Amino acid sequence: MIQYLWQKLTHPLDKWLMLFLGLIFSVSLMTLYSASGGDLDKVFGKLASMAVAFTAMWLAAHLKPNQLMRIALPLYILGFILLLGVAIKGDTVNGAKRWLNIGITRIQPSELMKIAVPMTLAWFFQRFESHLNWRHFLAAALMIGAPAGLVVKQPDLGTGILISAAGFYVLFLAGLSWRVILPLILAGVIGGWFVSDEGRCTKVFRQFQCDRVQILIDPEIDPLGKGFHTIQGTTAVGSGGIIGKGWQKGTQSQLGFIPERTTDFIFAVYSEEFGLLGGLLLIVLYVCVIGRGMVIAAKASTLFGRLLAGAITMSFFTYAFVNMGMVSGILPVVGVPLPLISYGGTAMLAIMIGMGILMSIQGDRKLMKR
Amino acid sequence: MELRNDQRERNHFHWRLVTALGIVLLAMCVLLGRFFYLQVIQHELYQTRAEDNRIKPMPIPPSRGIITDRNGVELARNYSAYTLEITPSKVSNLDKAIDDLASVVEITPKDRRRFKKLLDESKNFESLPIKNRLTDEEVAKFAAQSFRFPGIEVKARLFRQYPGGESASHLIGYIGRINDADKKRIDEDETLKDNYKGTDHIGKFGIELQYEEALHGKTGFEMVEVDVGNRAVRSLRKVKAVSGNKLVLTIDAKLQQLAEAAFGDHRGALVAIDPSNGDVLALVSRPGFDPNLFVDGIDPISWRELNDSADRPLNNRAIQGTYAPGSTFKPFMALAALETGKRTAQFGFNDPGFFVFANHTWRDDKKGGHGWVDMKTSIVHSCDTYYYQLAMDMGIDNIARFMAPFGFGQKSGVDLPGEKKGVLPSPEWKAKAFRDPRQKKWFGGDTPNIGIGQGFNTYTPIQLAQAMAILSNNGLIFRPHLVKYIEDAASGKRNYVAPQPVGKIELKQSNVDFIKDSMVGVNVAGTGARAFANAGYVSGGKTGTAQVFSLKGEKYNASKVAAHLKDNAWFIAFAPADKPKIALALIVENVGFGAEFAAPIARRVLDYWMLGKLPAEPAPIETPANPYDASDPDTATPHPEQDQ
Repeated sequence: MIQYLWQKLTHPLDKWLMLFLGLIFSVSLMTLYSASGGDLDKVFGKLASMAVAFTAMWLAAHLKPNQLMRIALPLYILGFILLLGVAIKGDTVNGAKRWLNIGITRIQPSELMKIAVPMTLAWFFQRFESHLNWRHFLAAALMIGAPAGLVVKQPDLGTGILISAAGFYVLFLAGLSWRVILPLILAGVIGGWFVSDEGRCTKVFRQFQCDRVQILIDPEIDPLGKGFHTIQGTTAVGSGGIIGKGWQKGTQSQLGFIPERTTDFIFAVYSEEFGLLGGLLLIVLYVCVIGRGMVIAAKASTLFGRLLAGAITMSFFTYAFVNMGMVSGILPVVGVPLPLISYGGTAMLAIMIGMGILMSIQGDRKLMKR
Repeated sequence: MELRNDQRERNHFHWRLVTALGIVLLAMCVLLGRFFYLQVIQHELYQTRAEDNRIKPMPIPPSRGIITDRNGVELARNYSAYTLEITPSKVSNLDKAIDDLASVVEITPKDRRRFKKLLDESKNFESLPIKNRLTDEEVAKFAAQSFRFPGIEVKARLFRQYPGGESASHLIGYIGRINDADKKRIDEDETLKDNYKGTDHIGKFGIELQYEEALHGKTGFEMVEVDVGNRAVRSLRKVKAVSGNKLVLTIDAKLQQLAEAAFGDHRGALVAIDPSNGDVLALVSRPGFDPNLFVDGIDPISWRELNDSADRPLNNRAIQGTYAPGSTFKPFMALAALETGKRTAQFGFNDPGFFVFANHTWRDDKKGGHGWVDMKTSIVHSCDTYYYQLAMDMGIDNIARFMAPFGFGQKSGVDLPGEKKGVLPSPEWKAKAFRDPRQKKWFGGDTPNIGIGQGFNTYTPIQLAQAMAILSNNGLIFRPHLVKYIEDAASGKRNYVAPQPVGKIELKQSNVDFIKDSMVGVNVAGTGARAFANAGYVSGGKTGTAQVFSLKGEKYNASKVAAHLKDNAWFIAFAPADKPKIALALIVENVGFGAEFAAPIARRVLDYWMLGKLPAEPAPIETPANPYDASDPDTATPHPEQDQ
C-alpha cells in the first residue's frame, strides 16, 4: 500500500536529477548557514522555498509534453503583454522598471519569459518541422528579440541576455546554420568591444550597465564603489586557496567584506571556505545536472521535447557559468544568482519548474517505451 | 521518407547537442582555470589582501618622557584627564553641533577660538579637542546625552603639564599638536612615520623640541580584527608601547626660580654654567610665558598677545638675544694683550679721559680721566681710554683671532634649538656683512670701540657665560649642556651627556691668574664692590653698560621706543675665585648701569649657589628716576665725536 503510494508520488521524478539536486541543496544549506553568520532563520527560509519549488517541480513533472505545447503560445503572449504593461505602467525600483503591480502582488514578467520563450520556440519549430526554412528562423529571432529588447529597456541587461540565450539555444539546437551563428558570435565580440569603452557604451546603454562592464575591465577604478563587489569577490575566492579556510572560517565572509553574500555572491563564501576542491566539486555537480539534462534531450521522443530539454539544460548552465564567472571576476556583475544555492525563492522556483519540465519530457519517453 | 527524415534530423540534433556539451565543458574548464589562477597561482596576493582587509594595526601611543631638574624636581610631566573631541568629518554642521554641546557642558569663547584655530591648522585630523580637562560631572553629563552628538566623544588622554609655569619656560619649551607641516615632515621620514601613528603632540620649542626623539618613546601596536565597518571584533596580538625616556637636566630649579625672580619686571637674560663640566645651572630669559598654554593649541588671542608684544616673551634671550657686551669684554681684551705681548701687567699711563685717532675723539665716561691707570686698574674701574688704545695697538685681526676660541661670535653648541651666533667683528666679516662698497672696508676708526665691547660686536648671554667659564677654568673648554643624563625608560640605564672637555686654549697660567685677580678686585674695590659687600666668599666679576642704538627688528611702538633705547646692564662673574663652581653672565635690558642693576642679581645667584642662601624676599630692583644723572664709569661713548 505504502509502496504503491510512494510509486504513485514519485513516478514522474528522475532519480538521477533528484540525486544531483539533493547534493546541490545540501551544499546550499551548508553555505547559507555559514554565509548568514549562523542564522538558522535563513536556513529555514531556504528550506521553505525549497519545499515550494520542489512542489512546483513535482507538479510540472506531472504535465505531459503535449499539454506544455498547448500552453506555450498563450503563456508567451501573456508574458509579452505583461512586459508591455511594465514598460507602460511598471513600478520603478532602484531606477529600473521591472515590476508590475497586478493588484494582489507585484510580479516580474521577465522571469516568466525565461521559460516561455524557449517553450514557444520549441513549439514553433515542432509545428513547422517538416518544411523549415530561413524565414522561420527569422521569425524565431523576432520572437526572441521583442521580449528581450523590452527587458533590456527596463533596464535589466542580465535577464535580457538570459532570455536571449534561452531562445538562442532553441535556434541553435534546431539547426540554425553555422553561417548565421558565426557572424552572430562575431557581432557579439564587436558588441563587447563597443561596450568596453564608456563613451561608446553610454550612447546605447544606461550608465550603470556600462559601469558594470567597466568594472570588469578594471575593478581598481573605485575600490569602495562600483568595483567593490568584484574586488572583494576575487579576494575571497583567491584567499581560499586549494582546500579553503574551512566551513564558517572564511574571514572575508564572516567579517562582512563580501557584499550580497547570501544571494548573488554566495559563491565567494563557498569558494573561500572550501577552496579549489570545493569549486571543483560544485562544477562537477552542475555538469552532472547538465549531462543528465542532455541525455534527456537526446532521448526525447519529439522535437519539442528535444529542443525544450536542451534549451532548459543550457540555460541552467548559463546561470551557473555567468554567476561563477562574475564572482571570480571574468564576467561583469549582472545580478544572476547561483542556481539553486543563492538565497531567494523566485529564481529557484523558475529553475525547479525547468527541472520539472525536464522530468516530464523524460517521463513521456518512459511511457511511450512501455 | 518521413522516418528517414526524422532519423537525419535526430543525428543533426545530436551533433548540435554534442557541440553544446563541448561548449559547456570548455566553459567549465575556463572557470576552473580561473579558480586555479586565483586560488593557486595568485593565492598569496589574495591571502594578503584578505588579511589586510581584516587586520588593522591600532597604534598605542607611548607616554612621553618626563623632564626633571638636577635634583629630581619635575619640570614637565603627564597626567591623565578626559577631553571632549570632535571628528569634523562626521559632523555636518560644526557650529550648530558646538552650540548644542554648549547646552550640556560649558564651552567658553576661548575654547571655540582654540578649536577654530586647530581646525584651520590641521584639516587632515581625525579628532580635535573642543574642551580639555573635563570634570567627572561633565563627563557623566555628556555621556548621558552622547547619543545626540554623533562624531563627538569623550576620550581619556595623557596631558603634558609644566608645573613650573613660566619658570624655565624658554629652556623646557613645550609640545603642541602636530600640525600639517609636522605631519608632512614625519610622513617623509620612514623611521618616524610608524612611530607617530596615534601620537598627536610633538615638541615644538626648547628641550621638548631638541630631545623629541628621546622623549617620545616607541609606539606600540595592537593587531585588531575588524569587520567591513571597521569595527573591532577581537584583538589578535599586542605590542606594548615603550614610554619615552626621562630627561634629567643640569638646571637647578630653585636657582632658576630665584634668578628669574631677581629680574623683577625687567627684561633680560642670565646663564649660569658650572665651569668644571659645562653643566648649565640656570638659563633665564625674561619675560617668560606659560608653556601650558601651548599644549592643546593656544587660543588666537593669547597667541597674538605673546607674539606681538614688544617685550618678545617668546624669544629665548639667553641664546637668541645678541647684545653688545660693553665693558664685560675688557677682561678678555686684557688677557689678549698679555698673551700676545702687547701689554705687560705693569704697563700704565696717565689717563686724560679721551683717546684721539685720525681726528676722532673717543671719550671716557669719567670726565678728566682715571689718573694713573695700569691693567688691573683698567679692569677694576673699567677705564675706557686704556682699551681704546689697546684695541688700536692689537689690531682687529689679532682681537678676532684671540676671541674666537672663547666662543665669541660662535654658537656655544648648547642643546637647544635656534641658537644665534652674534658677531665677532673682523675685516672679513665686514666685507661680507655690508652691501655698500664704501662700508665693506674695515676702517681704523672701527677698532677702538671693539676694545670696550661696543661697535660691531654683539654676543649672546650664553656666549659671555661660556667665555667666563672658559676663563675661570684656565682655558679648558666644555660644551655647555642642559641635559645631565637620559634615563632609559625600559632599562633604567642612564646615558650621561659626558662632560668631556672639547678643547683647551693654551694660556699662560700667570696671565689667567692676573686677570682673575683683577676681576676679584672688581667685586672687592671696583664697580662690583657695592653689590658684593660682605659676600662671605671670594668672587670675581665685571660690570658692563652697553648702549643700545638701534631697535632693529623691533616692531615700532612710539611709547616703547624711549624705554628701549636705554642702556643694557651687564654683569659677568665667577665664584669661588680659587676653584670656580659657577660662572655666569647676565643682562638686564634698558635699565642703565651694570653695577647698579645687574650686579645685585649676580650677588643673589652666587649667594644661593655658594652659601645656599635664599633671599628673604626677592625685592625687585628699583629703577632710579633718571639714571643718567648719576655718573657711571662703565658708560662708554660708542659714537666717536667729530673733533671740531
